[in-house]
Amino acid sequence: MEPSKSPTELSLAEQRRAEVIEPGHTFSTVTDKISAIVLKRKTPTGWFLAFAASFSLLMVLLYAVGKLFVQGIGIWGVNEPVGWGFAIVNFVWWIGIGHAGTLISAILLLLRQRWRTSINRFAEAMTLFAVSCAGLYPILHLGRPWLAYWLFPYPNTMSLWPQFRSPLIWDVFAVSTYATVSLLFWYVGLIPDLATLRDRSTRRTPRFIYGMLAMGWRGSAIHWHRYETASLLLAGLATPLVVSVHTIVSFDFAVSIIPGWHATIFPPYFVAGAIYSGFAMVMTLAIPLRYVYGLEDFITMRHLQNMAKIMLATGLIVGYGYMMETFMAWYSADNYEQFMIHNRMTGPYSPYYWALITCNIITPQFLWFKKIRMNVPALFVIAIIVNIGMWLERFVIVVTSLHRDFLPSSWGMYHPTQWDWATYIGTFGLFLSLLFLFIRFLPMISIFEMRTILPQAEVEEQEK
Amino acid sequence: MKKRVRHPIYGLMAEFNNPTSLVVAARKAREAGYRRMDAYSPFPIEELSEALGHHHDKLPLLVLIGGVVGGASGFLLQYYAAVIDYPLNIGGRPLLSWPSFIPVTFEMTILIAAFTAVLGMLGLNGLPMPYHPVFNVERFVNASRSRFFLCIESRDPLFDKQATGNFLESLEPRRVSEVAH
Repeated sequence: MEPSKSPTELSLAEQRRAEVIEPGHTFSTVTDKISAIVLKRKTPTGWFLAFAASFSLLMVLLYAVGKLFVQGIGIWGVNEPVGWGFAIVNFVWWIGIGHAGTLISAILLLLRQRWRTSINRFAEAMTLFAVSCAGLYPILHLGRPWLAYWLFPYPNTMSLWPQFRSPLIWDVFAVSTYATVSLLFWYVGLIPDLATLRDRSTRRTPRFIYGMLAMGWRGSAIHWHRYETASLLLAGLATPLVVSVHTIVSFDFAVSIIPGWHATIFPPYFVAGAIYSGFAMVMTLAIPLRYVYGLEDFITMRHLQNMAKIMLATGLIVGYGYMMETFMAWYSADNYEQFMIHNRMTGPYSPYYWALITCNIITPQFLWFKKIRMNVPALFVIAIIVNIGMWLERFVIVVTSLHRDFLPSSWGMYHPTQWDWATYIGTFGLFLSLLFLFIRFLPMISIFEMRTILPQAEVEEQEK
Repeated sequence: MKKRVRHPIYGLMAEFNNPTSLVVAARKAREAGYRRMDAYSPFPIEELSEALGHHHDKLPLLVLIGGVVGGASGFLLQYYAAVIDYPLNIGGRPLLSWPSFIPVTFEMTILIAAFTAVLGMLGLNGLPMPYHPVFNVERFVNASRSRFFLCIESRDPLFDKQATGNFLESLEPRRVSEVAH
């Protein structure tokens, strides 16, 4: 018998594989381990507690939104000159978080980054739930939210059309397309796994439900061939889409003439910021999940390291964006632009600005060190700090640009009310409730894609 | 002359342990002249559809058409609204201010193309199809877990229960089973 190879003799491909999935797994063990979370394992008590907490927060949202419908937008802190308060801050924040999911599922698929396999399913779910939270805000912010359908072009008795030259209408199309395409992509990815759950469930009701959702998927070679074509095409479509969505969100600001918003750096800097905050959120969710469900075999240190590296890279792009904003304000020789940046750094909201710089620029610099990238609690803390920093960034962009209007007579301050906070905290309830339901009822890791990264999955060509 | 009759069974199915044996089996079956057959696996195997003789697919073309239709309808919608039905003078710009129509045109392109990709894939695959004869084989539940299957259908002109059964046995499968209708 051949002596077993020492680690140094392993080929590069084998080493790579060992890093994305622990050795020793087979098609059956991968299938059983992931599907058991949904079908066999007892739901942990922690799940019930966490779901109860999330659901209570969801009720807070329901209450806050109910009150908004009854009493009107006056219960929020928005007024002249700060007409865009928490609603827009949170909208941009949530939709940015969603972008990492699409990046992992689409862009990394096209780039053949196989390490994405074990994190793409729940990152996509995160996208979907984050976009649901984001989509609420502009509608609630309308003033008369029950007339939100006026935003869509449809023949109506008023003989009116939406104004297609307005970025706010572009937003409607961008966000609704993004939500729809993310849902399609996610569902298509689930079909083969739903078939696995159908075949593995022992009770009638789950088998029926998963069976209906799987649509009779039977793993035929011709079907797989078309399925792969469709996945690649969807990835190719979702890639420019995800870039366009945050670009169009940034147009909401950049197309206006407000100092601090009217900047050409906005689209790329918003997209980088979105990916930055999105990966921070994936990390925030992945670290506890892999711990609680014992998925360290599948979500390995390589995944966490790679995500940390992407965070570092996008964090640097965001830092460049802040620098350019400041530089352009000086270079423009425009009084209002210069005052805006001066006010941002030294005015009444300066603590927020410096907190944002600390969270978004200084904190991620620790990720240069491998020791910190290998330290799971440190990564978790950094990810949370980045989440906070990205929220502060949107707060600073929205509020500091608006609160000093062109005329000092229309200067003002923005004070979020308890209902602003209730709505914000409430969307965490919506997000987490959906996420916990997803973890309980659907496989949080793509089972069929995990099978493909096993060494046994390769077809050995025989010599004749 | 042989008459076309409905066979008492749907086909014969061989079960394999790993993707390599399945691909080899599919190639051999094609060499032996079988055409009406399909292979089933728990994950996509690139070599397999080729071994079965499938090359071209209409899906990319359909998606291209979907994208073009989506983009064109998005642009025409805005043209009709902003130029014909509800012209408004915005800052003295021309009614057909096409650069500001690009975002919606782009989003519509993606939306319709994505729908075409998903519905086209499902439609061409004949899904949803809750019932299919292969599900009658008890061991087929493992097709979504860890086993690989090759099914030669009775519709194939070369199909003969005895001869095809012997042929499948010669491929050294774990077992060969009959697939009821």
